[in-house]
Amino acid sequence: MSDRLSVLKTYKLYVGGKFPRSESGRVYEVTDSRDKWLANAPLSSRKDARDAVVAARKALGAWSGATAYNRGQVLYRVAEMLEGRKSQFVHEVADAEGLSKSKAAAVVEATIDRWVWYAGWTDKIAQVVGGGNPVAGPYFNLSSPEPTGVVAVLAPQESSFLGLVSVVAPVIATGNTAVVIASEKSPLPALSLGEVLATSDVPGGVVNVLSGRTAEIAAPLAAHQDVNAIDLAGADEVLAKELEIAAADNLKRVLRPQPVDDWSATPGIDRMTAFLETKTVWHPTGSLGASGSSY
Amino acid sequence: MASAFEYAPAPESRAVVDIAPSYGLFIDGEFTEAADGRVFKTVSPASEEVLSEIAQAGEADVDRAVKAARRAFEKWSALPGAERAKYLFRIARIIQERSRELAVLETLDNGKPIKETRDADLPLVAAHFFYYAGWADKLDHAGFGANPKPLGVAGQVIPWNFPLLMLAWKIAPALATGNTVVLKPAETTPLSALFFADICRQAGLPRGVVNILPGYGDTGAALVAHPDVNKVAFTGSTAVGKQIARTVAGSRKKLTLELGGKGANIVFDDAPIDQAVEGIVTGIFFNQGQVCCAGSRLLVQESIQDELLDSLKRRLSTLRLGDPLDKNTDIGAINSEEQLTRITSLVERGEAEGAERWSPACELPSAGYWFAPTLFTNVTQAHTIARDEIFGPVLSVLTFRTPDEAVAKANNTQYGLSAGIWTEKGSRILAVANKLRAGVVWSNTFNKFDPTSPFGGYKESGFGREGGRHGLEGYLDV
Repeated sequence: MSDRLSVLKTYKLYVGGKFPRSESGRVYEVTDSRDKWLANAPLSSRKDARDAVVAARKALGAWSGATAYNRGQVLYRVAEMLEGRKSQFVHEVADAEGLSKSKAAAVVEATIDRWVWYAGWTDKIAQVVGGGNPVAGPYFNLSSPEPTGVVAVLAPQESSFLGLVSVVAPVIATGNTAVVIASEKSPLPALSLGEVLATSDVPGGVVNVLSGRTAEIAAPLAAHQDVNAIDLAGADEVLAKELEIAAADNLKRVLRPQPVDDWSATPGIDRMTAFLETKTVWHPTGSLGASGSSY
Repeated sequence: MASAFEYAPAPESRAVVDIAPSYGLFIDGEFTEAADGRVFKTVSPASEEVLSEIAQAGEADVDRAVKAARRAFEKWSALPGAERAKYLFRIARIIQERSRELAVLETLDNGKPIKETRDADLPLVAAHFFYYAGWADKLDHAGFGANPKPLGVAGQVIPWNFPLLMLAWKIAPALATGNTVVLKPAETTPLSALFFADICRQAGLPRGVVNILPGYGDTGAALVAHPDVNKVAFTGSTAVGKQIARTVAGSRKKLTLELGGKGANIVFDDAPIDQAVEGIVTGIFFNQGQVCCAGSRLLVQESIQDELLDSLKRRLSTLRLGDPLDKNTDIGAINSEEQLTRITSLVERGEAEGAERWSPACELPSAGYWFAPTLFTNVTQAHTIARDEIFGPVLSVLTFRTPDEAVAKANNTQYGLSAGIWTEKGSRILAVANKLRAGVVWSNTFNKFDPTSPFGGYKESGFGREGGRHGLEGYLDV
């Protein structure tokens, strides 16, 4: 055992591409599964949540307007960066979830693979869920998916990294921007993910990571008039109902908590389609050869 | 404007439809009185004539209907898709056979012109049943995985603007996917839904698969809140939609909402003016403007404002308002006194806020609920008539200079249902269509509908899509 004193990290929020402390100046103790102190995480306030929404809104235009190919490249770059920091995440996930090093490594590898999976979806989802409609008339008629906008994401409480990535990646793969509330008990992998995103060509504001009390941060997000959708994965039944009622005020798209037995199972496309709109565009076509008409 | 030729009256005969003096609720394949014996009257908005007396469903009736639908669900959902399909094909065929009767009935009960019920509503109603009939045995191929399951009992609440068409939008996909239905038609237009009950009888549809519960808002609220309803589908106002979203919060009920709109119809300086004028007229005066996706905000490029407005006013002067059963009638009656009051008060507000009101010379019938086609100029984005949904034949005209400004103004609304673009430039159509936050974008056309084409809104215009493959999702456990 070396007698070197290790350098501890000050965990910070990730908002608008920057790493602020909570404006409230508050932190809370994060412990491992055996109650050993790991770090102090920022205890975000309502103001932090609102700031994150502003950042997410600001980033939406460019991110949703980027080509699907470009978004795929950026997401894949995230996976590359994650791979490089694998040992850090294995360490954090092991601490957060009380897993052995080898089990934590398996979780981190699954998480990286999950990013890669979603990176490949960006330029395919439109073909899978959109398409031409054979209307009964001389019209070009095309339905295409479009991002809903700013999505508030309550990350799963138990699966601090794989669960987190499983709910964040589908939101941004389709061109939405996200305000993410990390697992309340185990926020450190999420906060470190912010560091990865910052170095992965993901534009600032596309993903914003907050840590603190889920219920406290989620309330203003569910009621926020400039949030378009909310994923309640990390809410318990009582909180989920409360937030769904608040979300009705501007008819946010709500993804209710879904029972997930195993985050490592291949996800379907539901988490992507939950935050997509369908736009249908009509235009007359010339009708060639029909009863004397022309084009 | 004086006309060189006057039209001779061309009334469609009422003899083709036989309206009974009273109707019951349709529960478990039978017409039945309401448990508490309550009834209400439905009137013809064009004449205020009482058409029939209708049983009004209360909470006990809702419970009875949901139980009937639950009982029917087991067998209905277990039927092979090909068999369910055949019922739906039968229904579609019977609708075609009885389309004249239903068109006249709808015009009498709703007040809309016969040429619209005959040429738009009824063909679309039949087409929706045909379209979804074909899905019933192909659900494995709909993109929701193998063997997607129905949800159970669907509680459906529909509005009065397209009574039978909205019924078709709701019932056809529900039945195709194996759900059973309890549907509440609007209190001002219950008749065509009750005639549909008879069509179900003719088609031999099993008892309880479709149940019809006429009533007011409280009936709808009871249906939505019923603990044994698995899916809620609502078309109507945004305010009620929000209330429903709160009601189902925390439950496992799947919800789709088709709500209000304040559609922008954007006319660029290179647009084909004549076609654009027709599209503007269709956009806001079709069905007296009582259309959730109506193009109620005209955004016209400043440089062609005068030319376009002259042309539009000339065209409006040729619209014929009057007896909805006359085949020459373009503008029928407003659906109810309540709706007329709402339109009138919003229009007065528009005047009070300084917008300039114009209507063509137009004689309104002495009985019934009527409102002349109305156009407002000098409208700003802050005006109530540019923000609130009027749901009547009232067009607000705003101007813009650049495409960016047009997009910004079009999107400056809580709604996001529909939009129109008029320009000869293809790249501009595609660029602008891309930027509009609306579920349906009509370019160089407006108010086109088709069962194969998903319909539904962004933002506070609701969520979920009706029509097309997308329309199946709301009725499947996916």
